[in-house]
Amino acid sequence: MTENKSGFQQVDPMTPEAVKVKKIFWETEDVFTLELAHENDEKREFNYKPGQFNMLYAFGVGEAAISISSDSSKKSSLLHTIHKVGYVTNVLSKLKKGDIIGLRGPFGSAWPLEQNKGKDICIIAGGIGLAPLRPAIYHILKHRKHYGKVVILYGVRTPRDILYPVELELWRKKYDVEIEVTVDRSDSTWRGHVGVVTTLLNYVELNPEKTRAMVCGPEIMMKFAVDELKKTGLDEKGIYVSLERNMKCALGFCGHCQYGPSFVCKDGPVFSFSNVTDIFEIKEL
Amino acid sequence: MEDLSEILKNHPFMKDLDENYLMQITGCASNVVYKEDEIIFREGDKAEKFYLIRTGKVALEINGRDKGNLRILTIGPGQILGWSWIVSPFKWHFEAHALEEVRAIALDGECLRNKCEDDPKMGYEMLKRFAHILEQRLQSTRMQLLDVYKRV
Repeated sequence: MTENKSGFQQVDPMTPEAVKVKKIFWETEDVFTLELAHENDEKREFNYKPGQFNMLYAFGVGEAAISISSDSSKKSSLLHTIHKVGYVTNVLSKLKKGDIIGLRGPFGSAWPLEQNKGKDICIIAGGIGLAPLRPAIYHILKHRKHYGKVVILYGVRTPRDILYPVELELWRKKYDVEIEVTVDRSDSTWRGHVGVVTTLLNYVELNPEKTRAMVCGPEIMMKFAVDELKKTGLDEKGIYVSLERNMKCALGFCGHCQYGPSFVCKDGPVFSFSNVTDIFEIKEL
Repeated sequence: MEDLSEILKNHPFMKDLDENYLMQITGCASNVVYKEDEIIFREGDKAEKFYLIRTGKVALEINGRDKGNLRILTIGPGQILGWSWIVSPFKWHFEAHALEEVRAIALDGECLRNKCEDDPKMGYEMLKRFAHILEQRLQSTRMQLLDVYKRV
């Protein structure tokens, strides 16, 4: 038995466990969500922390590291929101209810939710980057009284690419949370913001002393977001980013996801920006 | 009712501006309101004003000819709309229309240009503030052009 970073016991972290597809649904034209349950015991629970990822194994095809996008307090099933971009994710996108895949995990670090109780939270997501942040949002909204002001800024390519639009609307109506969505391009029918996600920072007031930021999206977007957050006075120590690399073993053995002195799979994917500042600027690292 | 100079003073674009400059600028300012979907200016028209947005959202669009009108940016409270008044030949490059009711302070471009010519220190201060806005818009445009969420 080994214990992973979230403190959960695993029999052998290298051996995939069979899980059953409970549901598959398309979020956008090229993004879908898989709902998974244990194959033989649907009552068995999944334990993970917001921000962690699993390795999903399409038998005979390969594995892909996919962030968990479900509510960590609902343990009977797992949601993974997946961008159909490569061979493995293409095969995963063709799964049907009842199909079996392999799962290893959960792996990696989590969003720092417990240690930032009492703080204001600014979440900045770009594109599919909202998926790894959704468990953190669920947690914050469920424990709303434990946090100060909560702001969610979300940028996508076009209005058709907005993930979880119904939930975004629900959160806006039901909870004390400021949500702004922007698109990079649109026609005249879109009534919302147009411009890069960081332009949304113009519409919210952040108290730099009290605010902690959690950022996830394409790396260049995160770099731009961190720069803009720093301009508002936020310290690098209070900014967290979730990185994506070519994760293979997910245990820090193989070195595929080595990022300077760290392994994204083991030490990340969530890092305090202050821990990766120096290497964030290095090309092709 | 809030004094025009007070409104100007509280707009982020005018933050920490010298009181004397603020007084001069107030002489070129007027309150404006645009209804939802009202055109504020059209592409190719003479750029006679610029606007400090107080409330509401403005869409900037460019005529994409066969692609129809393409929305390139939205501008909201605390932001500046329009910089063509400061650059010859003083023509708008985009169309701007109100996506919702917009309240703004309009500044007469010619009035302000004349005051900047008369007081180069004030003119330089205004240019620095506009250069900052232009730099931000250029950076954002570059990010949009990078198309970072592009499907692969």
